[in-house]
Parts: sequence; structure tokens; C-alpha cells
Amino acid sequence: MSAATGTATTPWWQRSTVRVAGGVAVAAVVLFGIAPAVLSDFRLNLLAKFLCLAMVAVGIGLAWGRGGMLVLGQGVFFGIGGYLMAMHMKLADAGPGGVPDFLRLYGDGVVPGWWEPLRSPVVTVLAILVLPAGIAALLGLAVFRRRVRGAYFAILSQALAAAFAILLVGQQKVTGGTNGLNGFRSFFGYDLADPINKRMLYFIAAGVLIAMVVVVRLLMNSRYGELLVAVRDQENRVRFLGYDPANVKVVAYAIAACFAGIGGALFAPVVGIISPADVGVIPSIGFLVGVAIGGRATLLGPVLGAVAVSWAETGLSEQFPSFWTYFQGALFILVVAFLPQGFASLGTLWRRRRGTPADAPDDPPTTHPSAPGSSPDADDDAQHAADSARTAGRHA
Amino acid sequence: MSEQTGTGEPVVPPDATGGLDPEALEAVIAAPGARFRHDYLEIRDLRVVFDGFVAVDGVDLTVTQGDLRFLIGPNGAGKTTIVDAITGLAPAAGSVQFGGVELVGKPSHKIVRAGVGRTFQTASVFDELTVLQNLDIAAGAGRGPWTMLRRRHVVPPEVEAALETVGLTQVRDLPAGVLAHGQKQWLEIGMLLVQDARLLLLDEPVAGMSQAEREETGLLLQRIGEQRTVVVVEHDMEFLRAFASSVTVLHQGRVLSEGTVAQVQADPRVVEVYLGSGAHGRGRGMAASAAEPAASTEVE
Repeated sequence: MSAATGTATTPWWQRSTVRVAGGVAVAAVVLFGIAPAVLSDFRLNLLAKFLCLAMVAVGIGLAWGRGGMLVLGQGVFFGIGGYLMAMHMKLADAGPGGVPDFLRLYGDGVVPGWWEPLRSPVVTVLAILVLPAGIAALLGLAVFRRRVRGAYFAILSQALAAAFAILLVGQQKVTGGTNGLNGFRSFFGYDLADPINKRMLYFIAAGVLIAMVVVVRLLMNSRYGELLVAVRDQENRVRFLGYDPANVKVVAYAIAACFAGIGGALFAPVVGIISPADVGVIPSIGFLVGVAIGGRATLLGPVLGAVAVSWAETGLSEQFPSFWTYFQGALFILVVAFLPQGFASLGTLWRRRRGTPADAPDDPPTTHPSAPGSSPDADDDAQHAADSARTAGRHA
Repeated sequence: MSEQTGTGEPVVPPDATGGLDPEALEAVIAAPGARFRHDYLEIRDLRVVFDGFVAVDGVDLTVTQGDLRFLIGPNGAGKTTIVDAITGLAPAAGSVQFGGVELVGKPSHKIVRAGVGRTFQTASVFDELTVLQNLDIAAGAGRGPWTMLRRRHVVPPEVEAALETVGLTQVRDLPAGVLAHGQKQWLEIGMLLVQDARLLLLDEPVAGMSQAEREETGLLLQRIGEQRTVVVVEHDMEFLRAFASSVTVLHQGRVLSEGTVAQVQADPRVVEVYLGSGAHGRGRGMAASAAEPAASTEVE
């Protein structure tokens, strides 16, 4: 079934490229066609916000679900991306050589030298793409080389998120402090008060998210993706095959950070504010909850989980203010207790129950659901998901 | 237990795979023997100390290319610890050289790249990945980033040949976790072959195998040993007598005796270690069978 076994045995609709193209087409119809048609501008903007959060989730799915790194501090990278974009918008709003309002309000009315390069849109975009990934790579090398993993890595990354939020609050003169950065008027020259431009932001977010999912799909199917799973399950064994597991993990960690940074950078203009409350410990855990509920080791689980949880949060908060936290907690406990691999594993469970006597043991190798060389459709992903229960215990 | 392995007590009956294929091995080890001519393992004054406990105490060991060396000894003799020290898993002092490269102090993955491969007592393959993926990863330590980031479009020839050698072609798309125990051990040997290890360190490679499987494995190792340097840690004395070309007996972290199977079995010190001092007076007649009962008690 894998490409290796020859395409002759593979029906055309199961071929990898066909499936990817089909998936992208469905996603595009939903996100570009149906959603804008049925949702009000307000709801569409909310959806755009959820898509930004889902970008972080896609990265977490790769680093945590596939790489076994419990990344509890993605708020840092989300925040770096968000603040970079926010600062650029503030500087652009202030005009050439101008000083953003918050710097006059809290600071001494001078733009610090290290904010200056962000006046350029090109520098800003590059910084958003490179800075979170670069920081994650350096950090990852330092941490993974010392073989810090499991709970220790999780605590470390969470401490980082806490420190980052505290730093932002403490440096009010140059970061806006608790209030964060807000009141953006334009996005690369487009007026943010105009509903058309808000819509455009939504389309950008949707397009970027689809691209990210495709990238992760390709990575999961690549030799690197196989190696990453191997590192997750038996790091030491990989070492004795001549690989340095630290390098393998760093790549996934840096990609996750890059995705989080991009998510943050789009979050700022979509929501209109970025503040320490969006980047600290609690939002960092929040990112994880959606991923866990959706199914961390699957391709679409993290995305759907993140969007669904955010959507439920908004809906329930409107109905029962202050009840959401309890609901989220309960959902998390239920999923971890009864569906440790998230809702994505329901499909496998169902299929197994239905087909146990028939197709469990005697599947010929070529059609076995977990020939991951081929096409990690729901089957394959859920398979991996189901299998990593034991691993999860080890890493969590 | 995950749901996967819930259905996954070996779904492949061990005999479904057709056993080892020595002819295919020739394709794997087709590389000119000259490549290996200067390979030899030279251990000098190796010491391994864990928190004050001396596990290996000044071991000297030389294994040349073309040798199939067995390491034996009672529990706690330091057999596995020596393998760990060679591969960078245990803290070592002294010198370990292979093919002229000093290994002590190098990180494990660099030791592997110097041509050293090992297996573990408990077969440790990647249960969730397919047999093919396991072998492909083992073959890929030298791949560049571009190759890594793409799919595997063709099965590398060395992987194909290794699959046939270890008789797993039929099950190559099954997750390695569902293989029978002996098949996992074979998969490990296959991984050593595709990673092109020139020094193979095998820790109890036939544990849990049937008699027929042991036979096949022994012949396979013998053939590999003709070309490369092979060190086997093993408890099974029958297996040792059938296939070892030389034996090193360890006791309490030191080398007790070394030589051919016959020489070692005739060594009164070996008899003493395996049977206790009471056996000493009973003479050499016992030696031939001496090792066996003692050895079987330590396989627990």
C-alpha cells in the first residue's frame, strides 16, 4: 500500500497525493465557501481567532503527539509572534518616525532601538517566521542535548511561559504591561475597521492553517516523521542506530514554535489585542487541552479539538458566564480518563468493535491499517494514537 | 497495554515467515571483505564503576575480524556492562578501540557511526513502526536533510536484502510490535546489517527462540562473523558449543579465561566459578558438562 510497494496495488483514491488534494479541497470548501456564507461578520472573526489558536495546536500535535515532547509553554512563541506583529502595527499606525501611544503613556516617549527595525513590514514578517523557531532551536538543543525530557521538560517549558508573561508585565514602559498592545488601526496598510479587510484576515488565517496542516501531513509521512515516532517511543534505541535524538526533536520543536509564532502574529490583528494574559501559563495549558481532546497523535485531531474547544468556550460563556472553566476541566478529565487518545480514537474503537472477528488478525499485510508508509488517513493516525497510550504515560 | 497490542499477541505465527535466508545474506554482505581487514576490537584496562561498585575491573579483550567471540560468565560478571561501555551507555575508563578509532568518551551515536552496532537483551524494536520502517531507519543514519524530509519512494536495496535475510519479507508492512519474539530478534539482526555495522555486539540474541530458530541464527552469525567482528553475550551453553569460535569467560568484572570452547571448558578456574570450589577436586572430567547446569540457573 505504501508507495514503496508500488502504485499498482494502490487504488487511485487511496494514493497520497489524491488524498491530500481531496482533503485540501474539502477544507477549502468549508473554510472559504460555507463558513463565510453562513456566519455573520462577528462570528467569522471569532472563527478566525479560533483558527489562529488551531495553528498553535497543529504544532503541538507534531511536537507532543508525534515527538513526545509535552510542550506546556507554547504561549512564549505565540506571544513573540503576536507582540512582533502588534508592535509593527503600532509603529505603522504612528507613522514614519512616530511614537506609538503606549510608549508616550507609560514610557519616556522614545521608541527603543530594538523596536525600530519593526517599522519595516519585511523585517517584521521575517522576524515572525524566524525568531520563535530560532529561539526554540537554541533552547531545544540546550535542553535535549542534556537529555531533559518528560515531566522535566514540561515543567521547564511552562516555567518559561510564566517568566515570559512576568517579563512583559514588568517592562510596561516598552511592552504596554498588563494592558498589552491594542487599538490597532491598520494591517499592512489596510484599514482594520473595514469589514472587508476583517474578512480578508479570516481568509489569510484559513489559508495559512490549511498550509500548516499540509506541511505536517507531509512531515508525518516523511522518513523524518517515522524517525520522530521512533524517537518518541525508544529514544535510546535511536541513538544506537547512529542518530542524535536531540537533533530529531529540535526540528519538531522549532516547527511547533514557528507555527505558534505565526498563530500569534495573526491573532493580534484578528482579535485587536495581545496581552500577557494571552501568552502565560493558563493560555499555554489551554492550547494543550484542545489538542488532547481532539487526539494529539493524529493529523486533524489537534485542529478540530482546538477549534471545537474554543467554540464551546465562547458559546458556553455566553450562556453561562463563569461556568466554562468547570466545563473545560470536566471535559479534560473525562477525555484523559476514558479516551486518552482523544476523540480521534473513537473512530478506531468503533471500527474495531464492529470488525473485530473479521478483520483484526488476518488482514493481509498490504492492507493492514497501520502501514504508515502510505497514507495516514484516519485509520493510520488513530492507530498511532492508540499505540502511544503507553508512551504517553511515560512522557506525561 | 494499548489497544493495539490488545489484539496483538503475535498475529504472525512464527513459521509464517519462512525462516532465515542465508543466500540473501550474501547480497547484504556483498561488500568486499578487504573493507573489514583491519577491523579489530581492542579493549585495554577497561573499568566501569557505578557509585563505587566496580562492575568491570581492568578487562583486556581483543577480538579480530573473522572471529565469533562469545562472552560468558555468571550473573554480575560484567558481560552486558562491557557491551554498554563499548557503546557509550555506561561510564567507562580505559581504552576501547575499534578499527583504530578510540571509542571511550564519544557519545553513543558517534560510536555507532564508527561502525559499532548492538542489540539489547530485550528485543527493542519500534513496535508501532512497520518492519520495513524499522529497517529503513536503521539504514538511514547518514541521510541528508532533504532525503529525510521526503517520503520513502523505493525500498533501499540493502533493506530489501536484509528483509529476505531475516525472513521477514512477508510481514514487512506489519507493525513490529506484533512479531513473535524470535522474529523481533531477527529484525534486530537485520537492523545491524543494514546499518552496516562492522562490529556487532549481540546481547543474548537467541533468548526465547526455538531450537530450529537457534540453529538458523547461529549459522547466520557464523557467516557474518567470517567477514565482520562479532561479539555475542550468551547463556545458552549448547548454542555456544555449536557456534562459538572463541570464548571469553568473565567473573566479577575480570577476565577469567579465554580460548576455544574446549580450552575454556578444560580450565579448572572456569569449573570452579561455575560449580563452586567443591567441584575442584573432582577433576577435569566434569568440565565438559560443568558449565551447563550452572548456566541454566542464571537465565531467570
